[in-house]
Amino acid sequence: MTLLKINGINQTVDADPETPLLWVLRDHLDLTGTKFGCGEGLCGACTVHLDGEAVRSCQTTLADAQGADVTTIEAVNSKASQAVQTAWQELQVPQCGYCQSGQIMSATALLNETPSPSAQDIDDAMSGNVCRCATYVRIRKAIHRAAELMEA
Amino acid sequence: MLNYLNNVNAQDLAKAFGLTQTITPTRRGFLKLSGGAGLGLVVGFGVSGRLTSPAQAAPTPHPFVEITPDGLVHVISKHLDKGQGSATGLATLVADEMDASIEQVRSKFAPANAALYKNLAFGVQGTGGSTAMANSFLQYRQAGAAARLALVKAAASEWKVPEREIEVSGGVVSHASGRSSGFGELANLAATQTLPEKLTLKTPEQWAYIGKSFPRVDVANKSNGAPRTYGMDFKIDNMIYAMVARPPRWGATFKSMNAASAKSVKGFIEARPGPTGVVVFAESTWAAKQARDAIEIEWDFSKSENRGSDQLYSEYRTLSEQKGPIAHSHGDADVALDNAVKTIEATYEFPYLAHAPMEPLDITIHAKADEVQIWTGSQLQTVDQMVVGGVLGLKPEQVKIDTLWAGGSFGRRAVYNAEYSAEAALVSKVWGKSQPIKIVWTREDDIKGGYYRPMYIHKVKAGVDGAGQLSGWHHRIVGQSIFTGTNFESFVVKDGIDHSSYEGTGDTTYSISDMTVELHSPKVAVPTLWWRSVGHSHTAYVMETMVDQLAELAGRDAVEFRLAMLDKDPRKAGVLKLAAEKAGWGSPMPAGHGRGVAVHKSFNSYVAEVAEVQMQDDGTVKVLKVTVAVDCGIPINPDNIRAQIEGGIGYGLGAVLRNEITLTNGEVDQANFDTYEPLRMDDMPDIEVHIVASTEAPTGIGEPGTPPIGPAVANAIRAASGKSPVRLPFTKEGFA
Repeated sequence: MTLLKINGINQTVDADPETPLLWVLRDHLDLTGTKFGCGEGLCGACTVHLDGEAVRSCQTTLADAQGADVTTIEAVNSKASQAVQTAWQELQVPQCGYCQSGQIMSATALLNETPSPSAQDIDDAMSGNVCRCATYVRIRKAIHRAAELMEA
Repeated sequence: MLNYLNNVNAQDLAKAFGLTQTITPTRRGFLKLSGGAGLGLVVGFGVSGRLTSPAQAAPTPHPFVEITPDGLVHVISKHLDKGQGSATGLATLVADEMDASIEQVRSKFAPANAALYKNLAFGVQGTGGSTAMANSFLQYRQAGAAARLALVKAAASEWKVPEREIEVSGGVVSHASGRSSGFGELANLAATQTLPEKLTLKTPEQWAYIGKSFPRVDVANKSNGAPRTYGMDFKIDNMIYAMVARPPRWGATFKSMNAASAKSVKGFIEARPGPTGVVVFAESTWAAKQARDAIEIEWDFSKSENRGSDQLYSEYRTLSEQKGPIAHSHGDADVALDNAVKTIEATYEFPYLAHAPMEPLDITIHAKADEVQIWTGSQLQTVDQMVVGGVLGLKPEQVKIDTLWAGGSFGRRAVYNAEYSAEAALVSKVWGKSQPIKIVWTREDDIKGGYYRPMYIHKVKAGVDGAGQLSGWHHRIVGQSIFTGTNFESFVVKDGIDHSSYEGTGDTTYSISDMTVELHSPKVAVPTLWWRSVGHSHTAYVMETMVDQLAELAGRDAVEFRLAMLDKDPRKAGVLKLAAEKAGWGSPMPAGHGRGVAVHKSFNSYVAEVAEVQMQDDGTVKVLKVTVAVDCGIPINPDNIRAQIEGGIGYGLGAVLRNEITLTNGEVDQANFDTYEPLRMDDMPDIEVHIVASTEAPTGIGEPGTPPIGPAVANAIRAASGKSPVRLPFTKEGFA
């Protein structure tokens, strides 16, 4: 049994400590907003926050997550995340939408650290998040828009 | 993609699949209203051919529009929305005719029932070929108009006022006397109204939402991690998980296995050989994967496809030097080429491409004695019903499908043989017990799983005459037929010629007076499939890079040269002119920069793209900006048109820059996003989209943005560097 703090709630999980956090979230805890895209840390669809930092949950084991504050798309709720989700609606970002949980978690982490990111900051922070629908044009605009919303 | 299925009907399809049982015959029906306990109003098109008396009608489970007592309008989408925005498009049509408010409109997917929900362009239920809005434009407006009229009639009878005095606006039904009501309160009464067979639709001037970017119905759920959105998220009580270890070469078969090491994996249940590979059953996805990795399997390669892509390219090159069956011919290309004063010749190579949608394939199946339920992002529901039913000895209508949102497809989820659904049925048989099973594909399964855009070689010779006019075009294509050997062959392949292999060449609307297209269709065991824009994904590249070089050969401007050949196609000329003008065509570029143009018609839509590139010091290319003009008929949702063009460009650009599937001794070399690396944020150009105002019927938008981007960038590279990439992806030429 491993004790986890997910979205502010303590949970015990009966799984091999080497199980990726991704599958603990999805299969054991039924938090399916965090997506499986590649399983190798190459696409960012599984991005969650571990103590506020964006990590790939497919590369984070259950043991790694023990003792940390894990935040997922279902519960992310900060000034930055609200601005990001509002901007995603305004700019109509998602198409298939499957990568967007991860995009939003990465964008939120970026804005938490860098409230007014440059185009280069955005490319640097977001290039690990793949979108096969190529919504990148709108993600870029939406992050700038979220930064404006945070200032307001 | 599936636009080849025109005029296919369910009986023919069933026959093609060797089934004696057919689904219910389809008949264009009339409006059907019904109400029921707490159901509110439902509007559909019945199969009876008569307007059903509401008193006798059971509440139909197959409506197009439902109004629930809470006032919400649920638009039932017969099309799978895999990102292309069709659910929003259908909701727009209904909401407009109903005068509903944006806030009250919801969307949900239709059950599998071809009689009610067939794609009018296919004859069966399915999504593809960029047909969703084109085939639904009239049908869904009629549904909205019927629902509105039923509400009006209900209000008139309730308030005892003439129908003509009732107004509907923003989801509110009202009368000058001050009476007003939401849709929900009137829904049950509306369901008892008798409607005329002929409905009056709004005129374009009356449209409230069509043409005005109705907001997507799916943004919230896709931005907050909502549960049960995609097939991958599906879970049901007592469900187990399965992964399949499929043979590493096509045609290989199972020989033996040793599952001893898998036994130590917590949550592993059992591994059994099945028709498509070794099926690993487990209590979780991760356990299934761990166990599958631990199992040693020996395969029999005696009958497998063992060729590598180098060998295939070599065989294709040999074929490209030999005369092939004529796919298209007009005029006399040989004579015209003899008369040309200058000619160019080029041989192009296009790789296999995987679709690689973000959501790897997945499907949950629960087979029972007299019914089977599947939950997945089904894109060809009727084919899924036929094949899954066939495998399990059930009638197609005993196969129930809960269509879920799909995390992309680009063609991959519409498989002519219902590949992954058929496998699910087979897995279910292997398991033997009636229990829900979720089959999950990993990214590696997806990349290595076949059903690729075929590999092609094109060899082209074309010329210009002394007057600077195009003179003669000889075009030879070598590549697998997607349709030959499938159940759809008879609908698409005529005299051994698969139209999808050469579409976009012989049917060009450029005035080329002498043209021949030959097609070799070699057999390779690698399964192939339509990939966003199908044949246009390679033919547009060849056509538009050749035309560009011919313009140069003739000493003429690339845009002017094309326009002069488009006198019979004003819409194609229109987008070309618009894109060129908006892009500042002809204005000077900084050193090391280049501008290139391409224009192509596909899925009855016209797209011109002007790409601006900057050559990098290391010889690679950076695409800075793409200026686009699109004419897809009446623009139902301009913002979604822009989104699909942006996405179509990104999808095509990633492929030409660096994507290829290669084989070594019959095994796929790529596995995940490191070896098949998608376009990323820092590769994405700025994109500016201009939409032509049109009163023509709406045409496709999911695919037409993809074909022009490769040639536009290639032409820009040539403008900047003088080199013309002919082997794809660009990594082979050192440009990426």
